[in-house]
Amino acid sequence: MNAPNPPLRVLIVDDEAPARHRLRDVLADCASELPVDVVGEADNGFDAVAQVQRSPVDAVLLDIRMPGMDGLECAAHLNRLAAPPAIIFSTAYDAYACQAFELNAIDYLLKPVRADRLVRALSRAHRLSTGALDQLREAYPKARTHLSVSEKGRIVLIPVEEILYLKAELKYVTVRTAAREFLLEESLTRLESEFGDTFVRIHRNCLVAGARIREIGKQPGEEEGHFLRLEGLDERLAVSRRQYSVLRERIRSQ
Amino acid sequence: MKRRNHNNRPVELPNFCHLGASLRVALTVEAALIASVVARAADADAFWAEFIALSALAQPALLLCLLALCGTSRWLRSLPYIKGAAATLTIGVAVPVGVAWGLAPLIDGIQAYPPIAVGGFSLLVGSGLLAYFNLRARALSPAITEARLQALQARIRPHFLFNSLNAVLSLVRSDPRRAEHALENMADLFRALMSQANQLAPLEDEVALTRAYLELEQLRLGDRLQVVWHVQKMPADALIPPLVIQPLVENAVYHGIEPQPGGGEISLNIYRSGDKVHVVVRNPVAAEAGHHKGNRIALANIRERLLLHFDLDAQLKSEPLGAVYQVHIVMPYTRERTQPAPARPHRR
Repeated sequence: MNAPNPPLRVLIVDDEAPARHRLRDVLADCASELPVDVVGEADNGFDAVAQVQRSPVDAVLLDIRMPGMDGLECAAHLNRLAAPPAIIFSTAYDAYACQAFELNAIDYLLKPVRADRLVRALSRAHRLSTGALDQLREAYPKARTHLSVSEKGRIVLIPVEEILYLKAELKYVTVRTAAREFLLEESLTRLESEFGDTFVRIHRNCLVAGARIREIGKQPGEEEGHFLRLEGLDERLAVSRRQYSVLRERIRSQ
Repeated sequence: MKRRNHNNRPVELPNFCHLGASLRVALTVEAALIASVVARAADADAFWAEFIALSALAQPALLLCLLALCGTSRWLRSLPYIKGAAATLTIGVAVPVGVAWGLAPLIDGIQAYPPIAVGGFSLLVGSGLLAYFNLRARALSPAITEARLQALQARIRPHFLFNSLNAVLSLVRSDPRRAEHALENMADLFRALMSQANQLAPLEDEVALTRAYLELEQLRLGDRLQVVWHVQKMPADALIPPLVIQPLVENAVYHGIEPQPGGGEISLNIYRSGDKVHVVVRNPVAAEAGHHKGNRIALANIRERLLLHFDLDAQLKSEPLGAVYQVHIVMPYTRERTQPAPARPHRR
């Protein structure tokens, strides 16, 4: 690093205030070696994504275990940005995650963090490849709290609990919330395996939020088959014959 | 005095007042009675007639016997083992024979049991039971029990250790006094974790330890962790197995508070009711299910340690009550040390 370089803009993300405080202290200590500008702090992944979008950040120091959106999910969303920041994970103790980091040659910090380790990690920080990140999340499987879609260079986070249904169209999956629709570039099968607890399949191309089902009935008039209606949505969704019996069982058992 | 050495402690008689011991005696006697009736009865009708006739004598005898043993338990256990066992056997034979003799005129019409037969039966079953209790006491001998307890003794989660160290480091510059206090708490916690697992310890020590633990968690979690204590009525002098409450609370923090962005409230309720000590720990149920397995292991661990210390006299119940998860432990109220205790380290 040469002297004229502007200081590195860093965002600190950790749910524990003392841990954020400590990172600030250590970063201040090594200011002569590596000039750093701490542009903000966040105590959860959601807030971190919002802050990175508000003002540009070069590197994010990201705790893995946080309530709500954890570090790995946050990293996956950040990586959808047009210019994703470099990400350095930190953890107090996560045997599985550390193993996955080693396997994917991803730098990570162990708390309590030492100054020299922090400087080394920051000075060679780079953005994560999407492939490595996917592998990480497979090694550490946990359903996301939000889905993210890119819109006009920004990313929009959709809380999973607000999603009514997911419907596969030609190349995309339509995500429907009470307010609006989004287009998502993911496969329905993967979404089903990730969110199997929340969403039920009602048709070859459609998953609905199990808790939001309001009505199931036979299609009126001459039409064949059954339909389903969700809370807060007038739309009738087609239910395939195969899924109909499964659904009825599920509703009876509730 | 007896039992100086942990690994070479002579066998003790069971405490006959404890539910586990009296239940074992009662069940064995009933089984022996049924076996003896089966051996003599020709068919089902004869079996019932015989069993009812025998019960008229045997049930009161059994009951009186258990009462007598419970009443003299303290004295029996203070005798050297051989004398104690002999005295136990004498009670076990004398009471049924006395009952048979006393009841003989009343149940004259039905089949009478000669006191000799009653005595013989009691002697047989009694010696069998004593032999069983002897074997059981050896199987649970301090060396083996201690090894099992040591293995079971709750361990601090590494996650907690490193996060706490990190929190203390963050305080060293800004608030050295709080950092000192936090390190003292950590020292207390680790001393307890490394201490002898086989001795009962005063409830107030365990509560102090739990407070030290919670102060450390508070350091990390701040306002996210709210704790409500109801311990005004707690019997501070009750002796309980060490590290029973702290791991419960650690569980409550790990599963109930940490996964929730807004945190939550843990309540501890410790009180005495009759001859039982109750410990109730409640925490909010986290929306995201995930690490329930760890929770079950920790609870099974505490349950087994309660069993090793108190046999059937202690219980652990865990249940979700709507949005709250509750663990309820009931232990006998005891101030009698079952193990010799060296002076415990001083605690604030």
